Amino acid sequence: MIADPTDTADTADTADTTGPADTTGPAAASEPAGTFTPRPGAAPLGRMIRAQAALETRLLLRNGEQLLLVIIIPTLLLALFSAVDIVDTGDGDAVDFLAPGVLALAVLSTAFTGQAIATGFERRYGVLKRLGASPLPRWGLLTAKTCAVLVTEVLQVALLTAVALALGWSPHGNPATVALLLLLGTAAFSGLGLLMAGTLRAEATLAAANLVFLLLLFGGGVVVPLDNFPGGVESVLSFLPVSALSDGLRDVLRDGAGVPWANLGVLAAWAVLGLGAAGRFFRWE
Amino acid sequence: MRPGPTGVGARKLPPGAGPLGATGVRHGSAPHSVARPLTSPPSRGLPPNGWSSLRRLPPMRDEPSPSHLPRPAPGGAAGEAPAVEIVGLFKRYGTKTAVDGLTLSVARGSVTAVLGPNGAGKTTTIETCEGYRRPDEGSVRVLGLDPLADAARLRPRIGVMLQSGGIYPGARAAEMLRHTATLHAHPVDVDTLIERLGLESCGRTVYRRLSGGQQQRLALAMAVVGRPELVFLDEPTAGLDPQARRATWDLVRELRTDGVSVVLTTHHMDEAEQLADEVAIIDGGKVIAAGSPEALCRGGAENSLRFSGRPALDVVSLLKALPVECTAIELTPGSYRITGNITPQLLATVTSWCAQHGVLPDRLSVERHTLEDVFLELTGKELRA
Ligand SMILES: Nc1ncnc2c1ncn2[C@@H]1O[C@H](COP(=O)(O)OP(=O)(O)OP(=O)(O)O)[C@@H](O)[C@H]1O
Ligand SMILES: [Mg+2]
Repeated sequence: MIADPTDTADTADTADTTGPADTTGPAAASEPAGTFTPRPGAAPLGRMIRAQAALETRLLLRNGEQLLLVIIIPTLLLALFSAVDIVDTGDGDAVDFLAPGVLALAVLSTAFTGQAIATGFERRYGVLKRLGASPLPRWGLLTAKTCAVLVTEVLQVALLTAVALALGWSPHGNPATVALLLLLGTAAFSGLGLLMAGTLRAEATLAAANLVFLLLLFGGGVVVPLDNFPGGVESVLSFLPVSALSDGLRDVLRDGAGVPWANLGVLAAWAVLGLGAAGRFFRWE
Repeated sequence: MRPGPTGVGARKLPPGAGPLGATGVRHGSAPHSVARPLTSPPSRGLPPNGWSSLRRLPPMRDEPSPSHLPRPAPGGAAGEAPAVEIVGLFKRYGTKTAVDGLTLSVARGSVTAVLGPNGAGKTTTIETCEGYRRPDEGSVRVLGLDPLADAARLRPRIGVMLQSGGIYPGARAAEMLRHTATLHAHPVDVDTLIERLGLESCGRTVYRRLSGGQQQRLALAMAVVGRPELVFLDEPTAGLDPQARRATWDLVRELRTDGVSVVLTTHHMDEAEQLADEVAIIDGGKVIAAGSPEALCRGGAENSLRFSGRPALDVVSLLKALPVECTAIELTPGSYRITGNITPQLLATVTSWCAQHGVLPDRLSVERHTLEDVFLELTGKELRA
């Protein structure tokens, strides 16, 4: 639960004589204030954004389908494909190939699929519209949504890392580079997810976001190495954001590479395109 | 607000006493408060005939002492502006004109009910005030601000209840209200509000599992929790049971007592009679009549008084005792009807005439037009598309 605002003490029979001087409040009250005596004002921005992010995170973690998507499926894929030799993951331990891919999948599931579906239905149910009349500015709402996505991703990364380590994963590379990749991936997927949620009907978003998730799961280098595909297809697929993310993570975490500039470039391009288009075409109602 | 019995409850008659009992208290016989005649459609761009009747800001209730009014927003003289000032508003969707030159002014601290058939343009008008829609023509000022250009300054000062939706399906009722409170600087105590609206038992229920009426009440609570100066309630009692409807009425009355301006839409005429200081009837995107409920009812067809007595009473003598515009006839032997503006004075005149003539007026009844009669008279009886 969100902490109570600190200053909700005014009640029906409390004289408002001790209230802080406030330009938006009633003038020095010589008469008892009623419960609803106007005293408008926005809460401090930081508090609004924190509260909104906390609410959205709670709603996400409480939603069964979302949990299935962002926690259970990535964890199961990681455990299953590491333990059973279903696909040829190349030389070395399967988990060393899979862990970076599943981290990319986790970002995809939260920032793109989950966010697109949730935001699509929020738009459909008038939640975004109603919030538009609240003191929380739109950019504040988007910041809060991003925070909720990041908090979820931290939980996902912690869980998946623990599972992978238990399965014998030995990661390499610079954690800061990994974080940079994950952040740029989040920006790219958020832009595309919000673009979808803000332009399509909620049902269409639901269907499309799930379909894209499935296609990218198998065609984005997450659990199936891209070099299993024919050459032409492989080079096209490598420009997908999820491929760039899983490939970049793999370069760093498995091969101990430095900064994978090419992959970062692809992700940055998707982020600019996606966020730009979302900013341009998003409809709030 | 002055303490003591000058509150709304004392001014307004107790529920059930009939909305018209207050005739003469608020407006006296102010002739300008009668709804304007409905012929001659207003020419576009010009204020409709008689729209000045909308701008008249009668001291219909105890004037809140100036010190009680919210101070003007910093850096602006907005504090003195009317709650809402709409002039010549047009809003079209494709070829469909949803709002057609609408003009309306809402005084601070009043409760204004916007009535009208389905599709009349009520929601469109209100949502334009809330900053959701951009006017095609005309000007809209809310608390002296432009709902679009000054949105950031206006938003914290208004409370909004949409006609439907607006809440996360998966959010719990109390959680959602608490969250809305957190977005405001000086919110109302959440638990008090939950109790006031009878939502205690469903505080932990998620929104999509609330009943329709509980959903409405939660949305209402969210509109008022931030202690706004002005609230817009789009059909706040749609789908409510009679108890919840009365709880909502009480809340609206308390908002007014506390100095909050309220604009609400409703399809319940009794609700408008009960709650509203001012009523605006909208049809086809225009205001076709406005005024206090009493004035609107008085302005329609005349009211009548009936009684029974001995056959062949001296109707001419009775008529002489009455104000000139009245009529009196014996409908059937021993059954009499007086038409005109039936005031308490007129009733006293009739009974004292009866006393002088040794008549016991039997089955004496006053028949007044309800707002619903007036509404149907003005908007016709056909169903709207
Ligand atoms: N977004 C929109 N796009 C197209 N037409 C619209 C839109 N919103 C409203 N309209 C049309 O504008 C007219 C007025 O609609 P509005 O919702 O304002 O009516 P209302 O008076 O609130 O009706 P109700 O009592 O049914 O709520 C209607 O004919 C409606 O079909
Ligand atoms: Mg409506």
